[in-house]
Amino acid sequence: MTDLAASATPAARPRRGAGRIALRWGLYLLLCLFALYYLLPLFVMVTTSLKSLDEIRSGSLVALPRDITFEAWRTAWSGACTGIQCEGLRPYFWNSVLLAVPAVLISTVVGALNGYVVAQWRFRGANIIFSLMLFGCFIPFQVVLLPMARLLGLMGIAGTIPGLIFVHVIYGIGFTTLFFRNYYVTIPSELVKAAKVDGAGFFRIFFAIFMPLSLPILVVSVIWQFTQIWNDFLFGVSFSSAGTQPVTVALNNIVNSTTGVKAYNVDMAAAIIAALPTLLVYIVAGKYFIRGLTAGSVKG
Amino acid sequence: MAPILEISKLRKSYGSTEILKDINVSIDKGDFLVLVGPSGCGKSTLLNCIAGLEPITGGSILIDGQDMTHVSPKDRNIAMVFQSYALYPTMSVAKNITFGMKVRGVDQATQDRKLREVAQQLQIEAYLNRRPGQLSGGQRQRVAMGRALVRDPKLFLFDEPLSNLDAKLRVEMRSEIKKLHHRLGASIVYVTHDQIEAMTLATKIVVMKGGVIQQIGTPQEIYNRPANLFVADFMGSPAMNLIPARVRGTQVEIDRPGAAPILLSDPKVAGLPENVILGLRPEDIAEAGYRAGSDVQQAACQIDLVEPAGADTYVVSTLGGKAVTARLHTETRAAPGESLDLAFDLGKVSYFEPDSGRRLN
Amino acid sequence: MTKWFETHLPKMVLAPSFIAVLIFVYGFIAWTAWVSFTRSKLLPRYDLDGVIQYERLFASPRWDTAMNNLFLFGALFIGIAMVLGLALAILLDQRIRIEGAIRTIYLYPMALSMIVTGTAWKWILNPGLGIEATVRGWGFESFTFDWLVNPDFAIYTIVLAAIWQSSGFVMALFLAGLRSVDGEIIKAAQVDGIPTWRIYSAIIIPSMAPIFLSAFIVLSHLAIKSFDLVIALTGGGPGYATDLPATYMYAMAFSRGDIGQAASSAMIMMLVVFAIVVPYLYSELRAKND
Repeated sequence: MTDLAASATPAARPRRGAGRIALRWGLYLLLCLFALYYLLPLFVMVTTSLKSLDEIRSGSLVALPRDITFEAWRTAWSGACTGIQCEGLRPYFWNSVLLAVPAVLISTVVGALNGYVVAQWRFRGANIIFSLMLFGCFIPFQVVLLPMARLLGLMGIAGTIPGLIFVHVIYGIGFTTLFFRNYYVTIPSELVKAAKVDGAGFFRIFFAIFMPLSLPILVVSVIWQFTQIWNDFLFGVSFSSAGTQPVTVALNNIVNSTTGVKAYNVDMAAAIIAALPTLLVYIVAGKYFIRGLTAGSVKG
Repeated sequence: MAPILEISKLRKSYGSTEILKDINVSIDKGDFLVLVGPSGCGKSTLLNCIAGLEPITGGSILIDGQDMTHVSPKDRNIAMVFQSYALYPTMSVAKNITFGMKVRGVDQATQDRKLREVAQQLQIEAYLNRRPGQLSGGQRQRVAMGRALVRDPKLFLFDEPLSNLDAKLRVEMRSEIKKLHHRLGASIVYVTHDQIEAMTLATKIVVMKGGVIQQIGTPQEIYNRPANLFVADFMGSPAMNLIPARVRGTQVEIDRPGAAPILLSDPKVAGLPENVILGLRPEDIAEAGYRAGSDVQQAACQIDLVEPAGADTYVVSTLGGKAVTARLHTETRAAPGESLDLAFDLGKVSYFEPDSGRRLN
Repeated sequence: MTKWFETHLPKMVLAPSFIAVLIFVYGFIAWTAWVSFTRSKLLPRYDLDGVIQYERLFASPRWDTAMNNLFLFGALFIGIAMVLGLALAILLDQRIRIEGAIRTIYLYPMALSMIVTGTAWKWILNPGLGIEATVRGWGFESFTFDWLVNPDFAIYTIVLAAIWQSSGFVMALFLAGLRSVDGEIIKAAQVDGIPTWRIYSAIIIPSMAPIFLSAFIVLSHLAIKSFDLVIALTGGGPGYATDLPATYMYAMAFSRGDIGQAASSAMIMMLVVFAIVVPYLYSELRAKND
């Protein structure tokens, strides 16, 4: 790591004293202003969700709520209308959970095995197969939307949660394979050789030697896939039907529902609820989240 | 007694590139075979073929009389030590050593007993519960050897096991391996690019280049009678002097700057082609007076460079257009620019054909 | 037999994924390509009928708007996000005491769904009660900020929200790049008495060319795929003012029942992505094989 300021010798720093202190303050001020820019929408969302509709209409966007009420949250969770139904986000939130958990697990396990093969059991053509899979990560999904809709229909899982799981697994494998492959290529191939001489086979080596090493990349893959799948809208809106929509689709329906009075506080509460799982993951495991983002893009 | 390892007509190619060409080697029980050569000569590939980690294109591999050509590594009754040690990073030292036994379903009591034996033998009892990451290079090396020893295999394979160690530790571990070989009477195939390691450890050396065996022999044979220019140049440090010379009847003529050519008589050269390369190791060129005998002949040589090396002093002179190194005693006084009488021990000389590099005598 | 199984096991493990990719990526692309050359309407038809769909597409003013929006949105979004990301990264690289916290704040929008982002900004930008109303409430009665409902400016609200969401990520990329520059070169420059800003402009930033490239690839990829944000923020409106190819494709496929148009627009989107990604992937893979 290069820390410019840390490695600077006093002689190499021309500015000292008052000028330097002013510069430092300016720097911090600038950084804090940007922090405000990024935080403001979240702040507005939270405060709005805690206000009553009257207060929203009469008060200012950035004002703190006078009387905190959780009414909007309750409505968003279990009463808001997504079109004709008025059950709130709750059923759709659980749809997303039911959808994300298996899709994340399956795509991660498949990606781990694929990455293990591509990195450590190279055979003729393995690199071409990997390149083809990698390429699949980059296509705009619009190009597969129509045939997928027809295929799900033919398979009889159109508009169902298993259908959506299937779609997310298929188009998630490319990334998970990439993660694990890039992680496993850094492991010396002599490890596999040693284990072969020791008598271990393909799966034994995977489970006894590679799996225990894989915790960091496992976390990266799970977080990446979870964020992708939870936040997905395109597949959700294209391939779900009335009762099986994921939370993002339901949120959009609540916000854009034309029935009744526009309840901004409910919209904001619903948006926060929909964002909470991924935000929580980000706060708890941000390091891995960033690693996934950079691995998924830089190494791609 | 059947050879413990017999490789015949082994070939290996990737697509159209031949990595190994017609390899024939066999060793007896208790032999220490060293495969030596520059990087890319195919020695590690050959070792991997013996282990069964790489499929071969043609030929056969027999271990203790059994055809192992198409047998999985795990069923070849071998153990292998790798350059990077290849210790399983998430397992303790003890688990690393017993992993193979566990995979094979050896009972716990036997595992424990063998672990204790090996740990004691290699003096690694103190850190059996540590992870490889917490060990020094030398300690990891010992654990890697322990993992091989515990198998009690027919054949040990070592793939450049010392090249990741620093110079001092390397010498230490080298003698350790040698002692182990003596104590166990084990049969070993050992790959290295370090010719000193090859000389000190081997009972038999295979010198390889470009996938072809250049010479097989004992260290003495390889050192004293190299089969060609490549082996002559590769084995020994400092390297053998290879001096262009001309044959005149039973005499050899070598150019030297500022004086008439040196003439050395050697009945062995009778019948050799006119142009030859004369090979003589630095220790076989000394200052006049220390060596005697009919084979030792003297000539005055211009000294270009003096390199005191503690135990010896090396001097460099130009002969036949090449820099030629001679090994002198430290007390001999020599200075650049001066002339010195050097004695050439023609009993040790090798002659090579310049074009093919083939040995002539 | 077991030996054969042993040697072919890795291939068998990879095979299902490979087949899936062949069918669901390459086969589906081929399907869409085929259908884009037919007169498919509500249902796909498979008799080829030339480039009629592409002619219709390029003659459509709505598609024209969508493509123009894509280039305008793409250029602004990528340009501003890169500049802002680089600036933030350099600011954060000055041994900031609370760097971890600040980085967390800058990056969190990336964890949100575009739908959430769109919902939040839709509220903030709505003229009736959002920023416009707030500033008016402070006494600036004539203040107008109606981009969201103004057809000429609505696309900029998408830019604004997209930058808010993604610039922190660009910052993280650049920050990693700044930190990976060889420390000895920087020390050498400092010993030579080169001022800090010159060290950045002459040494560090030029050495980060690969990071600029990957940031560009990722951002352009995001821009072309942008769909959720438009749906949530403007719904493509007012009118078609903020339509993007992705929303056009979706509308044709699922509300207009015009599969031919949907397929041809999807193919164009893919071509745009390929034009950007293929050279990059090609150079990456070639560099790795060398």
